[in-house]
Amino acid sequence: MSTIETHTTRVTVTVNGREVSEEVEPRTLLVHFLREQARLTGTHVGCDTSNCGACTVLIDGEAAKSCTVLAVQANGHKVTTVEGVGNGSGGFSPVQEGFRQEHGLQCGYCTPGMIMACTALLTENPKPNEHEIREALEGNLCRCTGYETIVRAVQWAATNGGAGEWA
Amino acid sequence: MSLIGAKVLRKEDPNLITGQGLYVDDLQPAGCAFMATVRSTQPHARIVAVDTSAARSIDGVLAAWTATDIANLPARPSSLPGMDMPLITGDVARFVGDIVAVVVAADRSTAADAAEAVIVDYEPLPAVASLGQALATDAPMIHPVLQGNTVFFQDYTEDLSAEFAAAPRTASLSLVNNRCAPVPIEPNVVLADWGPAGLTVWAAFQAPHHLRNTIAAFFGISQDTTRVIAPDVGGGFGAKINFASEIFLAAALSRALSRPVKYTQTRSECMVAMFHGRAQEHKVDVAFDDSGKILALKVQVTQDQGAYPDATGMGLPVLTTAMSAGCYKIPKVAVSWRNVVTNTTPVAAYRGAGRPEASYMIERVIDLVADETGVDPIEVRKTNFIPADGFPYQTHSPLAVYDSGNFAGALDELLRHVDYPALKAEQAARMADPTEKLLGIGFSSWLEIAGFGPPGSLEAFGHLASWESAQVRVQPDGSAIIYTGASPHGQGTVTTFAQIAADQLGIDFDRISVRHGDTAVIPQGIGTMGSRAVAVGGEGVKTASTRVFERAKKIAAHLLEATEDDIVVENEEFHVRGTPSKSVPWSQVAWKSFQPLELPAGMEPGSLDATVFQQVPNFSFPSGAYCCVVEIDRETGEVEIRNMYLVDDCGTVINPMLVEGQVHGGVAQGIAQALYEHMQYDESGVPRTATLMDYLVPAAPDLPGYVSGRTVTLNPSNTLGAKGVGESGSVGAPPAVINAVVDALSHLGVKHIDMPATPQKIWSILRGSK
Ligand code: FES
Ligand code: FES
Repeated sequence: MSTIETHTTRVTVTVNGREVSEEVEPRTLLVHFLREQARLTGTHVGCDTSNCGACTVLIDGEAAKSCTVLAVQANGHKVTTVEGVGNGSGGFSPVQEGFRQEHGLQCGYCTPGMIMACTALLTENPKPNEHEIREALEGNLCRCTGYETIVRAVQWAATNGGAGEWA
Repeated sequence: MSLIGAKVLRKEDPNLITGQGLYVDDLQPAGCAFMATVRSTQPHARIVAVDTSAARSIDGVLAAWTATDIANLPARPSSLPGMDMPLITGDVARFVGDIVAVVVAADRSTAADAAEAVIVDYEPLPAVASLGQALATDAPMIHPVLQGNTVFFQDYTEDLSAEFAAAPRTASLSLVNNRCAPVPIEPNVVLADWGPAGLTVWAAFQAPHHLRNTIAAFFGISQDTTRVIAPDVGGGFGAKINFASEIFLAAALSRALSRPVKYTQTRSECMVAMFHGRAQEHKVDVAFDDSGKILALKVQVTQDQGAYPDATGMGLPVLTTAMSAGCYKIPKVAVSWRNVVTNTTPVAAYRGAGRPEASYMIERVIDLVADETGVDPIEVRKTNFIPADGFPYQTHSPLAVYDSGNFAGALDELLRHVDYPALKAEQAARMADPTEKLLGIGFSSWLEIAGFGPPGSLEAFGHLASWESAQVRVQPDGSAIIYTGASPHGQGTVTTFAQIAADQLGIDFDRISVRHGDTAVIPQGIGTMGSRAVAVGGEGVKTASTRVFERAKKIAAHLLEATEDDIVVENEEFHVRGTPSKSVPWSQVAWKSFQPLELPAGMEPGSLDATVFQQVPNFSFPSGAYCCVVEIDRETGEVEIRNMYLVDDCGTVINPMLVEGQVHGGVAQGIAQALYEHMQYDESGVPRTATLMDYLVPAAPDLPGYVSGRTVTLNPSNTLGAKGVGESGSVGAPPAVINAVVDALSHLGVKHIDMPATPQKIWSILRGSK
């Protein structure tokens, strides 16, 4: 009785150092692949117009909005989510610790995307000034903090280990 | 050492920074089905037919419901009689976003396909898109039960014509308080699971018990088998106290399909479906003398309620008019308000809910009086302030009896941070040099009503009561769990309540957990809104902790064979005052509190457990003084905030880091309303700003840094002395920003500019002046 043809395709992505291979509809967005197939729900969805950045992850080390990428486009690539930063044994990355120390989060919904965007920023520019931090976060919306504490969180991380390691 | 006032890192954060938070959309139980909505694309239209056959034929579609499928269910709770908001509208669609059908499918994308496949045949009706259109003679009507579109009208509470006739000077001002979309980054999300043992609803909501009580009544089921869980909630800002129709639809569909049903709103849906805020127009008349002393004030508020009046939304102008005199001693105040329906998204609480509108109005009036008399705005404020020894102060409104404050003190503290004479000199120099940007300096001395509230206050908005619950339960190992009905969504309640409890109990902060957001776990509760969590809920934690501590002292005294009055606690050890060697650890007192053979005569086991329904005798009145310095580009009209100085008086500060966070967030939303955000409709009622591409939620480069200061007057209505701070910034910031913008342009004859002060508006003013 189906009126819509659905066929699937296999997508294999290395997520946080672990291979995830699943059959998905070609239209599946990377963010949904991460949340629903890989069951990593740290990456959030906050909009449908690629404005909010809640879905930000690293693809081969570069920040990307995972709602603007099809899962098939990530096939064969390395993706890092908020679950993949930190030292792997429960310790926080400098960016995560900076958010905690400087109260860079309230409800926490934007936070995983922010942390990934900040991690990418510090990888590229280990000592950003306030202006550079604000500009780099232009694509990430936070409704709770007013951003100043996020700026401080990045500055904290910059002086306490930088971007840190990730999987 | 007391933890009250200490910068303690949040207990919430380790989960949230590692992606281990749990938001409703993260849940995906076995058999979970997905709901999607079909919403009216028409502002006002008769629904001729809704054809769901194509949707039903898609593989994986489990249900496609229209109004006829829910004919046996009531309308959305919190509606007004005769103007009910149907969960699914059947005859007429009354705004773009009104639900006309819902579909459920086995997976998310099929649900979206099915919603697309529903065909709705509309016959457009004339619509009213604005207050002006709604109040015009012969305006199209939305609800037949009304004569016209006015739901409620309160005429001026007093006739002040004599005062105005006798006054040396008078002036008038018309203001628009722009409609805003709340935009929590997590939209509305619900997961309903109706099984044989009852109904469980996970919802992104601010008041889970309120929702539980309402859902049970809605379906006519018992509260004991109805459970609501608000896990981590991604921001609320008032919008997640509204009973979103989707919550009730998901539950009804779960019952019908015998499987869990999840609904995750898209952002574009959220922009039109989640209730908006503000949306008021003000007509203000003020009488004053040459010294800037205000003699009388008349305020008329017209509140746009959107298509369906909501009980909370109806109360917004009540709060605005109650707080219309702000920080000032105004001999005569008359207020009037009107609630009006339009073919737009319903309007209800949004951070500040009625009070930002009041502070914006009165602070614009102060600057208008300054402009008319030539007296400096600082002086006009000081001339009219209620003095620091003038409390309690009965306002013109029976609702508002100001209990504390020091408005002149806050303004003086602000002026310690702001070099006003230097700024004035810079302003004059820049004005004279056409190559320089214009400079504007704006102040706001603001006050709000918060800490909701005394008995009867929240009942008026449909809540069970106005207390907040707190349970303190010491575990056998001497750790403690606090249960609170004040379910948070970013406020840091888990941390602040543990700080309060640690102080009272003498138990280490690290051994205190705070639980919230689950009606099966928390005794009862009201919720987090109206800046009440600490002022009412936190006070409850203190009261319950004190009760538990008194009992623990009894047990310790018994074990130490001492008298209770001599027992003190230090480093989790009870000992006899002056004799630290004679001690018993908290862990032992806790352990023995469960052992009848160890207890003093007459004491029951398990007594280190207290539940309190904390009442407060009055609202609280946070206040402060803000200053905004703007630079305006003469070529583009662009406003840049150069400095934002913030002095807050929220009474006792529990955690300065969290207070600063609340102030920053509120100020950011206030600046956003003043400069960027405006939910707009075209003449026919079609929203023009229904996505985040068109509706400008500011990002980091759009907002300034802040300089913060503080004054403290204690809240006399609780023993903590805390007033609440969640809404302060959104109350104080908009008038400071607009006063600064008007100040920068006043040499061009500008007396007022409506929010948001966009580059286009300012550019036209600047161009007109050339
Ligand atoms: S979800 Fe908003 S940008 Fe991706
Ligand atoms: S912390 Fe709530 S949206 Fe950023």
